[in-house]
Amino acid sequence: METVKLTIDNRHVEVPKGTTILQAAHQAGINIPSLCYMNLPHLAQEHKPGSCRVCVVEIPGRKNLVPACATECTDGITVLSHSLRAINARRTVVELLLSDHPKDCLICPSSGNCELQKLSITMGIREINSVENAAMSTYRKDASPALNRNMDKCVMCRSCETVCNEIQTVGALSAVNRGFMSVVAPAFEQELTDSPCTFCGQCVAVCPTGALTAVDNTFHVIRALADSNKFVVVQTAPAVRAALGEEFGYPPGTSVTGKMVAALRSLGFDKVFDTDFAADLTIMEEGTELLDRITRFLNGDKNVRLPILTSCCPAWVNFFETNYPDMLDVPSTARSPQQMFGAIAKTYMAEKLGVKREDMVVVSVMPCLAKKYECQRDEFKVDGNPDVDYAITTRELAHLIKIGNIDFKTLKEEDFDRPMGESSGAGVIFGVTGGVIEAATRTAYELFTGKKLEKVDFHELRGMEGIRTASVNFDGTYIHIGIAHTLGNARKLLDGIRKGMYNFHAIEIMACPGGCIGGGGQPLHRGNSIVLKARMDAIYKEDFNKTIRKSHENPEIIQLYEEFLGKPLSEKSHKLLHTHYFSHPKQ
Amino acid sequence: MFALAGKINNVGLIEVPMGITLREIIYEIGGGIKNGKKFKAVQTGGPSGGCLTEAHLDTPIDFDSLLAAGSMMGSGGMIVMDEDDCMVSIAKFYLEFIVEESCGKCTPCRIGNKRMLEILEKIIQGKGNMEDLDHLRNLAYVIKDTSLCGLGQSSPNPVLSTLENFYDEYVAHVKEKRCFAKQCKALARYTINPDVCTGCTICARNCPVDAITGEKREPHFINQEICIHCGVCYQKCKFNAIIVE
Amino acid sequence: MTKFEINDCHKKTIKEICESFGNKRSELINILHGCQEHFGYLPEPVQLEIALNLNMPLAKIYGVVTFYSFFTMTPKGKFPISVCMGTACYVRGAEKIVEALEKELKIKVGEVTQDGKFSLDCLRCIGACGLAPVLMVGEEVHGRLEPAMIKDILKKYE
Repeated sequence: METVKLTIDNRHVEVPKGTTILQAAHQAGINIPSLCYMNLPHLAQEHKPGSCRVCVVEIPGRKNLVPACATECTDGITVLSHSLRAINARRTVVELLLSDHPKDCLICPSSGNCELQKLSITMGIREINSVENAAMSTYRKDASPALNRNMDKCVMCRSCETVCNEIQTVGALSAVNRGFMSVVAPAFEQELTDSPCTFCGQCVAVCPTGALTAVDNTFHVIRALADSNKFVVVQTAPAVRAALGEEFGYPPGTSVTGKMVAALRSLGFDKVFDTDFAADLTIMEEGTELLDRITRFLNGDKNVRLPILTSCCPAWVNFFETNYPDMLDVPSTARSPQQMFGAIAKTYMAEKLGVKREDMVVVSVMPCLAKKYECQRDEFKVDGNPDVDYAITTRELAHLIKIGNIDFKTLKEEDFDRPMGESSGAGVIFGVTGGVIEAATRTAYELFTGKKLEKVDFHELRGMEGIRTASVNFDGTYIHIGIAHTLGNARKLLDGIRKGMYNFHAIEIMACPGGCIGGGGQPLHRGNSIVLKARMDAIYKEDFNKTIRKSHENPEIIQLYEEFLGKPLSEKSHKLLHTHYFSHPKQ
Repeated sequence: MFALAGKINNVGLIEVPMGITLREIIYEIGGGIKNGKKFKAVQTGGPSGGCLTEAHLDTPIDFDSLLAAGSMMGSGGMIVMDEDDCMVSIAKFYLEFIVEESCGKCTPCRIGNKRMLEILEKIIQGKGNMEDLDHLRNLAYVIKDTSLCGLGQSSPNPVLSTLENFYDEYVAHVKEKRCFAKQCKALARYTINPDVCTGCTICARNCPVDAITGEKREPHFINQEICIHCGVCYQKCKFNAIIVE
Repeated sequence: MTKFEINDCHKKTIKEICESFGNKRSELINILHGCQEHFGYLPEPVQLEIALNLNMPLAKIYGVVTFYSFFTMTPKGKFPISVCMGTACYVRGAEKIVEALEKELKIKVGEVTQDGKFSLDCLRCIGACGLAPVLMVGEEVHGRLEPAMIKDILKKYE
């Protein structure tokens, strides 16, 4: 392998040919500041438009300063990242960015997490030398159920455009206009809700400033908790417990389930339940549906459509409804665990507790922004009363805990309330890519073959590759499974299915990289893929340590069917736990 | 080949040997400055170039000498300017073009050029100070040094070239609030010619800021500290007694 | 201004223009040129139709249309007037020409007259510096202008 030798800030470095100055500096332990640079190694996406000009460095002998992120190392060059010329240029560039930026740091949702703020602090900028009433590029604010756009704060790094187009292939955003008023916006600068946006929230995860932020429901939840007339119930998604600790200084991959439950109880929730319970319920319904379809297919029924697609990811459902309206009968009709939980909580649970539906408030803690959108969909309401009232993110929960002055680290571990708090390992792995289908396989195997499943772990379904396939042996019958995460990979699979290229029986799709653990509502990792891997390991570890690992063996699930639902796909199940899809082909 | 234009008698395309002097181009081929006015500068290379001044009249013109003078050949445009052209306004005019054409991708060009334009507008409005000139110069250097493409890298050239060659005009705009070319309306100075003024008091009665004082039938006087350069007195005077400069 | 209602005939034209460039995304600018030449401008439904034909995000097409000053989403006047604001014309008084036009037509730069007859824009040098200051009405060039000449020039266009 060819290498080049160069000097960066008096340090000698040797790097493979093709390495950029920024990467080489990083290797040498030198951190050149940047803003528009974004590296997502787990998605093989290096976004380096070279537009912010913050990372400019001096190479003596060259006419101008060069951007470190987009300049390749050449043999024998000397790079000065902090010469007076470079520092003056960098400062002036950041001052220019600040001169065209709202000054409301104190109340900005990104304060404390903003890359522009960090630059200003590091460079010690104390004044902005622009004229009185200097022009500012301002735009109409845009709100949606899941995320907010405040483009006054956009620095034109275009990371959101890259994730939306290259990775998610949703195409809702593009750079528009020219010059000073250029901005990233949907077509015709329309509102996000009119665009093909799926609310996957990946744009929020990569935005370095407060331009794209999640909708904040923290104060709705506080008001509900403070209302003595309300019975407030909370459910937590599996991916939350694997990442919440990061907001309190725990290393990535620390499972903080017990402390999370304790914190929620401390905040005043009347009942602390687990979405994983509802995940088991989803498997009962979806697994039965899957088996029903496969059996009919294997028996020669020409009317049945395969593959069956998982449907617990609302961004994926949105994507599907927009891009594949001709295939609406293909996904499973089962609702997502969040929604199943809400439906059961406000009927079965409410009855048990003697609480009226309108007095119960269901809050869900999710790693996801699309869940905020999902819970206000009309089909998930009964006479206008939603099954799930508010969805908050992992970040919002951390914030609630801090508002409540709770010392998270010293909390004693507690367990979920019953009866909607018991979950199997299969319920836990819903949080990672491959987890839903693995959970379904564990149950489907036993129901299909009538035999007991000895080896519960299906390693062939696990991993970080964007598209994975496996054939699972159901005692002689091979069931073909496809798995995709990120919507770009989902599109590839779906296009192939449309053309009749594949013979999958079942497909699992998750919109976020790595599955829910990489959701838009999780603690920001800013491209550090080690964090994602660590969260994934934490989820599988929790599953491994559980006594019950198959959904249909969850005693509370069994009880629920006995007492209330009857059996999977019963009329009651259909009414409460299943749904149908709508075509809204938007461009 | 040059496209000779501006305040010159013979405009049009000219084909001349490399090394010809500016003096020959302007006075021999160009036929001299229009209306017999005084030569001030020649802008070559358009908004990406700089200006040549009286000092360069005898410089032989070629690619290298233009670069050495802080300008460039560019597409061959050669705009002749005379004493009635304000160089600060010219710099502002070029920046307006740059701001309109900037693609908006990189920070220095997108925001920096806008900020330079705002400083120039401030100066032309008579509200500039010497610190503004320092900021202008720093911005110009940084934009030139860090822009992503040739547009941004050359956009500060007119500013730097005029600052270099016509610094006194900038200082006059800033310190004395005067535009000697009389092009900047906000800096126009209105004075009353005492020999012509009849003391009719029409101007004083119409002045919105009461800057004019004087007795009836006595020559009136405009207080420069208060005057806002609105020009109403000039419009109202029936005797052409108001001088604008 | 009336909204553009797209019909099957329009869609057919757009389809043909796209196909003439092989439905290639890389030919977007040429396709937009062709459509603007045909329709006079590029309203939303036309852009949507192009997006469907090329199978590319509508947002990207809108991005290209708004980036280039040549592409317009509002119709121009029957006689589009463009005043050259290049250096030579500027120095010879182009600003006064624009002022005179704004006064005469009672519209500002970028606007269209009520009757849709004239629209007013500035452009940045057509290379006729010898005739400075210059304006164009459609494809016709008028040079060596003075503000007093404006009225007569406009009268020529009925």
